[in-house]
Amino acid sequence: MNELSLPTILLLAPVVGMLVIMFWRNMSENRAKWVALIASLVTFGLSLLMLVAFDPDVDGMQMEEIHNWIPGANISYRVGVDGISIWLVMLTTFIMPLAIVSSFETIKERVKLYYIFMLMMETAMLGVFLAQDLFLFYVFWELTLVPMYFLIGIWGAEQRIYAAVKFFLYTMAGSILMLLAILWLGINAGTFDVIQIQEMVQAGSLGMSETTQRLLFVGFFMAFAIKVPIWPFHSWLPDAHVQAPTAGSVILAGVLLKLGTYGLIRYNLFLFPEASRDFAPYIAVLAVIGIIYGAWVSFAQTDVKKLVAYSSVSHLGFVVLGIFALNSIGVQGAILQSVNHGISTGGLFLIVGILYDRRHTKAIEAFGGIWKVMPLFAGIALVITLSSMGLPGLNGFVGEFTILLGSAGSEVLGMWYTAFGALGVILAAVYMLFMWNKVFMGPLDKPENAALQDLTWSRNWHELGALVPILIMAILIGIYPSPFFELMDGTVSELTSFLDSVAIVSR
Amino acid sequence: MENFVTGVSLLIFIPLIGLLINLFFGKRLGERGVGLVAVGASFLTFIVSLLLWAALADMNYEATIVNMPIFTDWISIPSAGVDIPWQFRVDTLSVTMMLVVTGVGSLIHLYAVGYMHGDERFPRFFVYLNLFLFFMLILVTGNNFLMMFVGWEGVGLCSFLLIGFWFDRSQHHETDSTVGWYNSNAARKAFIVNRIGDFGLLLAMFLIWWTFGTLDYYKPQEDVHVHFEEEEAPVFSIEGLEEGAEEEYEDVTALSSRAGQIGVFTQTEIWFEEGGHEIEVGPWTLDFETVILLITLFILLGATGKSAQIPLFVWLPDAMAGPTPVSALIHAATMVTAGLYLMTRSNSMFHHAEFTSFIVTMIGISTAFVAGFIALGQWDIKKVLAYSTVSQLGFMVTAIGLGAYAAAIFHLVTHAFFKALLFLASGSVIHGVEHGHHHVHEHGHDVHHEEAFDPQDMRNMGGLAARMPLTYWTFVIGGLALAGVFPFAGFWSKDEILADSFVVGFEDGLVKGYLALAVLLLAAAFTGFYTWRLIRLTFHGAPRTEAAGHAPESVWTMTVPLLLLAIGSTLAGFLNIPDGFPLLGSLFGEHELTLWLEESVIHAHAGEFNFLLALLATGVALGAIAVAHNIYSPANVDDVREAGDPLERDTQTASIFALSNAKLYWDETYYQYIVFPFQRASRFLGITLDWNLWHDFFHNNIIRDGFQGASELISYPLDRQVIDRGFLGIARSIQAAAGRLRTVQTGYVRTYALSVLFGAVLVVVVILLPVIRDLLGV
Repeated sequence: MNELSLPTILLLAPVVGMLVIMFWRNMSENRAKWVALIASLVTFGLSLLMLVAFDPDVDGMQMEEIHNWIPGANISYRVGVDGISIWLVMLTTFIMPLAIVSSFETIKERVKLYYIFMLMMETAMLGVFLAQDLFLFYVFWELTLVPMYFLIGIWGAEQRIYAAVKFFLYTMAGSILMLLAILWLGINAGTFDVIQIQEMVQAGSLGMSETTQRLLFVGFFMAFAIKVPIWPFHSWLPDAHVQAPTAGSVILAGVLLKLGTYGLIRYNLFLFPEASRDFAPYIAVLAVIGIIYGAWVSFAQTDVKKLVAYSSVSHLGFVVLGIFALNSIGVQGAILQSVNHGISTGGLFLIVGILYDRRHTKAIEAFGGIWKVMPLFAGIALVITLSSMGLPGLNGFVGEFTILLGSAGSEVLGMWYTAFGALGVILAAVYMLFMWNKVFMGPLDKPENAALQDLTWSRNWHELGALVPILIMAILIGIYPSPFFELMDGTVSELTSFLDSVAIVSR
Repeated sequence: MENFVTGVSLLIFIPLIGLLINLFFGKRLGERGVGLVAVGASFLTFIVSLLLWAALADMNYEATIVNMPIFTDWISIPSAGVDIPWQFRVDTLSVTMMLVVTGVGSLIHLYAVGYMHGDERFPRFFVYLNLFLFFMLILVTGNNFLMMFVGWEGVGLCSFLLIGFWFDRSQHHETDSTVGWYNSNAARKAFIVNRIGDFGLLLAMFLIWWTFGTLDYYKPQEDVHVHFEEEEAPVFSIEGLEEGAEEEYEDVTALSSRAGQIGVFTQTEIWFEEGGHEIEVGPWTLDFETVILLITLFILLGATGKSAQIPLFVWLPDAMAGPTPVSALIHAATMVTAGLYLMTRSNSMFHHAEFTSFIVTMIGISTAFVAGFIALGQWDIKKVLAYSTVSQLGFMVTAIGLGAYAAAIFHLVTHAFFKALLFLASGSVIHGVEHGHHHVHEHGHDVHHEEAFDPQDMRNMGGLAARMPLTYWTFVIGGLALAGVFPFAGFWSKDEILADSFVVGFEDGLVKGYLALAVLLLAAAFTGFYTWRLIRLTFHGAPRTEAAGHAPESVWTMTVPLLLLAIGSTLAGFLNIPDGFPLLGSLFGEHELTLWLEESVIHAHAGEFNFLLALLATGVALGAIAVAHNIYSPANVDDVREAGDPLERDTQTASIFALSNAKLYWDETYYQYIVFPFQRASRFLGITLDWNLWHDFFHNNIIRDGFQGASELISYPLDRQVIDRGFLGIARSIQAAAGRLRTVQTGYVRTYALSVLFGAVLVVVVILLPVIRDLLGV
């Protein structure tokens, strides 16, 4: 096998950019930014190629590449993409250039190191989505911690060290349980290859007892639940989000949290179908609590960034609810909503960042009447806010609607879950409009705000350049999400019919 | 002509193009250009609606379903059978709504050009207006619940944007607890209250989908008519299912097994006809009647939000913070009728849901009564009209509850005319008084808002009839139509609702009929009274302020729409002259609107005209007007600024007036029992529970400090016992090394970032090693 597959090329592209910045002698900081941006754009271009090459009729993995890595331990380098990971890969490659370009003017210290970490972040996240070997997956999974730890710890706000350490330890604690589960699987199955293990699970030849399966499920679940985060494991999130630099928050909310939801689908549902069915109602209860709790707590915040951070707890609650509906509609809605949340919350963090850069405060009280002085910026912010609120016609709604539709008809959940989840739709309007009202509407009564200037293409191209693609995607997914479902439909329906068959057998 | 039906998508593209032009080039186009684009777009949609009407008449009123030319598959998940398209439905009901929306809408667009003249955000206003048209037309033309919902929330968004159009202005707000009440707060209130209704609508849609497997009203193949013959069971016929062949209903039942072939409403009819169906929704198994009961109740919750009914009507009065054309277009004529449209559209469900119909009636009559009562004691001219709108919407909702769908839509149409007229005329009054105020004080446009002069307060008016004759006369016509005086539009539509409640009560013997009749008559008396009080206070007597004394008549762009709407308010009633009405019946045709609606509203039926009842209703209205005329005589109202309302001065009525003036403390009650507890709970959850307890205490004090404490506890004896005693020598060197290490560790994070970075790079290289190795063929 001497040909590089697209997934591998995708993983290499940011690494090349990273190496160029590292080893190019006397590279100016300005040039380093551009190298990073170009590397991320090239990666995006390559992922577009992948999208074109993707065959929606194939239900399993495609564009696979396998190499022996550590043959003694049955560990291989295996990458590939399917209907579940394709959109998350696209989300990653889409968000990264925006995160990079939005940092052009805001990152002034240790510029080269910053962009090296950004590119490393991209490779690590792509690796998590593309890896088809448990060990490889785990290495990428832990690798995402390193750059994010430093992005928060070096370029963050006042309490960055505390936030970075908490982020690191918290996620690490969950990962350890997952590592144990991975080792158990690898040793008992005689391979770390996900596809092979999956086949064994489907054939029932792995010989997991019910208790073992549940324990393994919990092992994976803890790692993912902390990453998502599922209530009540969210305590690291406001710290990390608030302290991270703008681009860090964008990546954190946009992609990093999706590692958790992706993991729940890829590992928990695929590998432990019975346990998934058994635990689904309980996890869905946590998800619904998260939806309501996150929204309610958001409303109490006095810091814009913290408000947006808590809103993620609520939004990700929807995603988890969709996943554990265990039916095709719910899971597909959850995948789409993962993408949607990356777009809209990523956008919200960019907006908060733009406000912070100008006013050096994130206190909601410090703003008011911004719409008057920054009409273009406010208009874009409005659309993104509405998208986050789930206004029909924008992306957020499509995801929330399909998730709630899925959970309503799910055999393991039902209307009560949907009804309480849908309360989150009301609450989203409450806290989002609270923020919007206080920041953009109302009287322009503070002189610092009155002095603000609107965004223009000539002056703020890097800020607009980050916001406009988000705006376009928010509208596009809102009015035409069918292509997104089309690509994931085959893989997801395969998964859910497998889950259904397990249910019938166990009955 | 028939082919024109496919042009229905123009209805949403024209306003879309209009708003995009104004959005991107508004600043450059100037007021004239912006106005031309926006008004032009609006008039074009009206012409398209007229053409659709003609096309429909040409096709014998047969409903047509048209796909959107682009992005047709909206949400489609093949494996789960989800297929929700962007699809339009052209039938008599949707065309009626289109004509109302675009017709009244165009006049209001034109009016707004004059009204908004000189506003700093002039282009943006028209962007919003066109955006509203766009969403409203999506709402009424969509062929499935979800597309309707896009319009539904979209118009809510426009309502939000337009209520908050002057977002930096504050407004007098009586609720003490809301100090610093800005227009933006009113906008937010409207959105959130509506979202509560939307919550219901969402749940209704989920149930509908899992019950019927589709959200489409009707499928393209089917075209259902139900003809009610006297004392006979309804006869179904579904046409065109098999190459246009007409089939009897019995044959059609076989189709119900063909999943996805039949739309929601036909399926409802069929299953009710068959009876005994069970529906599985997730783990639940429910009988079909229960499901329909739930669905209709959830739809009703949605309707109470959008159509401002108890318990969710509280947003509409505050929505008057928006510019007056907005109040006329959105908060009187069109958007607030969306709930009525939806319930009429779902008449197949409501017709069969007896309990829901009862609840609908109760909500309708209590809203008509309560809002009518509150309108009696308001000083703000727009607040009176706002509560009047709520009350009139209550009439329409009652009609739905009584099963009188045609009457509800009829009142919706006439109300659109006369209430739009009244709002625009009141806007003309406000405009005039404001200009009079400027004229008196002779200063700039922006300063006067800081002053305590309220151009909407009727106490500051008086004697405007002489100053603004055109506004006055059109207002009187609108007022008489609202009060329901013969022969103005309101008379006919209100009478039809009353006649229906009479039939339901006295002939069918249902309680809701009696109740409706009694309460609506009382509400009608309120209507006459507050309408005439408003006219007396505003237009009659002597001017009570200098501003009112100097108010000029408005410009032509404002008065022409007034005139046209006045004509509409006079004539719209002739659309649906009851059976056997002398002279007019033969002149304009009988039940024209009902017959037309019957083509798409299966359970629509004509009301029975009751001459005595009509006489009684008119008598009530005229009586109330006469009483108001006397109480608010010029002698009595000349000193309202100082002495208060004539009713306030009378000790017998003072307390009642106070109660009405305080809006029955409805808002205060909500704040006390819902809003404040919600905020307190939010602070408790967010600050006490999540932050202080969970974040700080649990994570920092228990986990982190506990961990550190434990590690010290373990390491202490280890240090003392093992290291100190046994390995003293080694320990010294370790301590020395540790000391060096500690300086590294306690340094800045960035000092060891680099070393970790290289480690991480190493990991990446190790990961990619097999790839490289295989590539090189090693």
